[in-house]
Amino acid sequence: MDVIVCVKQVPEVIDADLKISREGTGIEKEDLVMHINDWDNYAVEEAVCIKETQGGTVTAITIGDDESEDVLRRALAMGADKAIRIDPGERELDGFVISKILAKVIKDLEYHLVLTGVQADDDNSGMVGIMLAETLGLSHAAVVTGVEPEGDLARIRVELEGGMDEVSRIQLPSLLTIQTGINEPRYVSIMGIRKAGKKELTVIPVANLGLSEDDLTPRTRIEEVFLPPETTGAEMIEGDAASVAAELIKIIKEKGVSI
Amino acid sequence: MGEIYVVAEHRKGEVREITFEMLFKARELCRTFSHRLTALLLAGKDAGFADDLAKRADRVLVFENDRLETFNSDLHKEILNRVIQKDQPFMTWIAHTSWGMDLAPALSVKTGLPLATDCVDIQAEDGRPIVIRQIYSGKLFSRVSFKESPGYLMTVRSGAFLPPDDAEMEPGEVLKQDIPADLAEPRKTFVEFVDTGAGEIDITQADLLVSIGRGIGEEENIATIRELADRMGATLSCSRPVVDKNWLPKFHQVGTSGKSVRPKVYLALGISGAFQHVAGITGAGTVIAVNKDRKAPIFRVADYGVADDLFKVANALKEKLAGA
Repeated sequence: MDVIVCVKQVPEVIDADLKISREGTGIEKEDLVMHINDWDNYAVEEAVCIKETQGGTVTAITIGDDESEDVLRRALAMGADKAIRIDPGERELDGFVISKILAKVIKDLEYHLVLTGVQADDDNSGMVGIMLAETLGLSHAAVVTGVEPEGDLARIRVELEGGMDEVSRIQLPSLLTIQTGINEPRYVSIMGIRKAGKKELTVIPVANLGLSEDDLTPRTRIEEVFLPPETTGAEMIEGDAASVAAELIKIIKEKGVSI
Repeated sequence: MGEIYVVAEHRKGEVREITFEMLFKARELCRTFSHRLTALLLAGKDAGFADDLAKRADRVLVFENDRLETFNSDLHKEILNRVIQKDQPFMTWIAHTSWGMDLAPALSVKTGLPLATDCVDIQAEDGRPIVIRQIYSGKLFSRVSFKESPGYLMTVRSGAFLPPDDAEMEPGEVLKQDIPADLAEPRKTFVEFVDTGAGEIDITQADLLVSIGRGIGEEENIATIRELADRMGATLSCSRPVVDKNWLPKFHQVGTSGKSVRPKVYLALGISGAFQHVAGITGAGTVIAVNKDRKAPIFRVADYGVADDLFKVANALKEKLAGA
């Protein structure tokens, strides 16, 4: 079973202090550590697991500048066979444009499954995968937490809200957006990444794809980025650990819990 | 601005809360601009949801068919595409749920209408919509505009708009619609729902929850917090990253994909406070958060906060309780 997996490099933001850029429509990225989008890491692992049990190949694709090849080398080290980087140049991209670019490259490849992450931890849009599916005319499912190929079909599990999953059967070829926790992504060593350097990595400039101006025009635009509105927030308890603990026990008891 | 169409979401015989939240916000906008509000219901035969929706919209367009008893993105997309092409509503709103995320981007490509997802606010300015979205894990907000278009699609975040209890009004019309005869067979077929929340403990019944997040760092560290929870007579719960790493089973998880809890006290240790987690603790009496990052979003919703290492605080709590 041949699997294509789409990956994106994003800044690591959970522990970072974000600064709004001078234009006010993005963030300053210079001091941020770049890494593979968390959801995409699970998607790569899932693609490699499918290859290991079913045979076939895994192709990893990203859109980005040469620095974003790091995420492709990582995917190759995890077990992908080849990689493609599409260079967007200076073009402004939104989820719609990204899906059109990916579709143009993927339509000429051999595959049974296309995997993406549910969303990327920069714009948190969650639209590229399913837009790509519709453009390619593929069946699709979002927020997938289980994939078991069964011939021309796959039995899939989708995570719904409130502790409920939905199991269904989907016709292949299909596109699935992969949720975190579906598997345990393998560890990647520096040595592994170095060894994967021998694998095939193709670079395609967007200009070579012959996409129409309409397909390359973003449908949405960020007018302004701003900090979350102020709230009154928590009453902070300061002091050494022992006095903080005493205060917390007092609060918990006051709220009617006996401890 | 023009008319707003809201796509109802229902599951296992119940209209989901997000549907009423969308109708509430859409009605507010429709009133301001004097436009009609339409609810779209795709459901199985005799689902009986239409009257409930009619109390919150000017009219309900009902598409009933056995094949629509459970959500199917192929069928929803085909039917909604035809409705949108024919009626050309100004905005069409869909829930930002797993099902909405499977439907809206496909519908956007099919109809050619632009889409903004996971909106926490929707406004109209100079005849065009403007939406507010969270980006970078909720650390920042963005104000987003659209390329000019005959119509616009949005998915709406659960909990962004909270209707008051008296959100019902004079019932609107219920209009049964024909299912297109030439609908293609869907490529995905429903098998079953699986309850993933059941397990040996029920976190929804606890008075005191001691809850751990990404800040726990390593699997080995869970034992020390479990010990604290036992000493306090508390139940251990957690946020998503702990379950994703397989460190605790899913029935411990608090949040949108886990459980909503309502303890008297919720003690959050090393939880950053992503909205998916916070949505699960709105029913908690008192929230106490311990996190070494003073800027962690959890402190925006907590009643009490401690900006310190969670293990230091946990050990001090254990010592105090042992001495008491």
